[in-house]
Amino acid sequence: MWLWFHKLGSPPYFYRTAGRLIPWFAIPAVLLLVAGTVGGLAIAPSDYEQGDGFRIIYVHVPSAYLAMFGYVAMAIAAAIGLIWRMKLAFAFAAACAPIGAAFTFLCLATGSLWGKPMWGVWWDWDGRMTSMLVLLFLYLGVIALRGAFDDAAKGDRAAALLAIVGVVNIPIIKFSVDWWNTLHQPATISKLSAPSMTMDMLGWLLIMIVGYMLFFAAVVTLRLRGEVLLRERGARWIRGLDSRA
Amino acid sequence: MSGAWTAAAALARRDLRAALRRWGELALPLCFFVIVLTLFPLGLAPERDTLAAIGPGVLWVAALLASLLALETLFRGDMDDGSMEQLVLSPQPLALLALVKALIHWLLSGLPLVLLTPLVAQAFYLPTDALWVLALALLLATPTLSLIGAVAAALTASLRRGAGVLGILVLPLAVPLLVFGARATDLAIQGQSAAGPLYLLAALFALAVTLAPLAIAAALRISVD
Repeated sequence: MWLWFHKLGSPPYFYRTAGRLIPWFAIPAVLLLVAGTVGGLAIAPSDYEQGDGFRIIYVHVPSAYLAMFGYVAMAIAAAIGLIWRMKLAFAFAAACAPIGAAFTFLCLATGSLWGKPMWGVWWDWDGRMTSMLVLLFLYLGVIALRGAFDDAAKGDRAAALLAIVGVVNIPIIKFSVDWWNTLHQPATISKLSAPSMTMDMLGWLLIMIVGYMLFFAAVVTLRLRGEVLLRERGARWIRGLDSRA
Repeated sequence: MSGAWTAAAALARRDLRAALRRWGELALPLCFFVIVLTLFPLGLAPERDTLAAIGPGVLWVAALLASLLALETLFRGDMDDGSMEQLVLSPQPLALLALVKALIHWLLSGLPLVLLTPLVAQAFYLPTDALWVLALALLLATPTLSLIGAVAAALTASLRRGAGVLGILVLPLAVPLLVFGARATDLAIQGQSAAGPLYLLAALFALAVTLAPLAIAAALRISVD
């Protein structure tokens, strides 16, 4: 286990392994996303209150999950990088940030599109939406801070510290719908109680979430390979790479 | 342990003296605060009802921006003349020294804002009863803001063009202060009890005063080497 872990920290080994892993993430991701989209849009029954409008949940909820998951993953990688000085962990954090920001934006955009027909407004300044917007700003802050340093190693560590500080926002997002009673509905899926959705709707949602997860894994791995190449430019092993491999 | 307190006291004395000798720099954020507040009544129709309605929010936003202006210089001088390296290298706990620097910064930039606010609040026709709540809320929120801001200032201390990034880092983290601060003021204006938001502001301060010094110290170590 530890040997494998240390081997993974070596850029050439990681680069090759990651290249082999990508199809294993990407192909199931495409299959699940196609299945989830078809199932969610065509097969699942329409909601008795919201009609077909509820179907945007199949994009909205998975992207919200991934927005938060991506941030936590980034912060954990950042902590690993700061504590054990692992270069690859910083590269992972750097690869996560733009993807997580994109998911956050997608979540806000779909939520806004959903809000207009259901609540009559594009936007409401309630706890869930505001904290999600703050998450987007935190992502942008992490990206901007890393970019502002000329010294990449220093930028990595500064951005890592900021990512860790920003974790305080995650529980606020999670519990905002319980703390403030506002427009946004409380969580649909919860571990402790029965889901407030019938199985023929929920099943497709779970498929979409797993599909999003795998998509995230595939894109992060892809970006991470790019980060490794960028950070290791000038290293001897890169010159030995076949451009088609 | 007494060494640490001696060092902290010496640092506090030095920072206070250095800042008071350049009081023009201290006055700058305060002038900015007052000017921003003057712009709102002039930009909108200066009617009593409108101003009273937007007053609390405008006051809080202006206070946030003014303290942002003051943050830039927090570590700049120490970084430029090398004394920050001495602080980082000293055997005393850096978190304690960071806390001292942040609190002195609050004393010189946050506290004057609190003292100034009741005066400015008159311009927005805030009821006199709400003034105490407003002052108390600011008194609780500004030290938290100084501490959060010091984390961001420490992260950007080694950057030449750090000012733009500083805003992006501080303002999202300051959102809870703005929300609870404006809420407390709003409740007080409506004549209700503002205890809830005030307690939350106090809790945020307790959180910041315990955790932020550690983050500031870690950020300073990154910035110095």
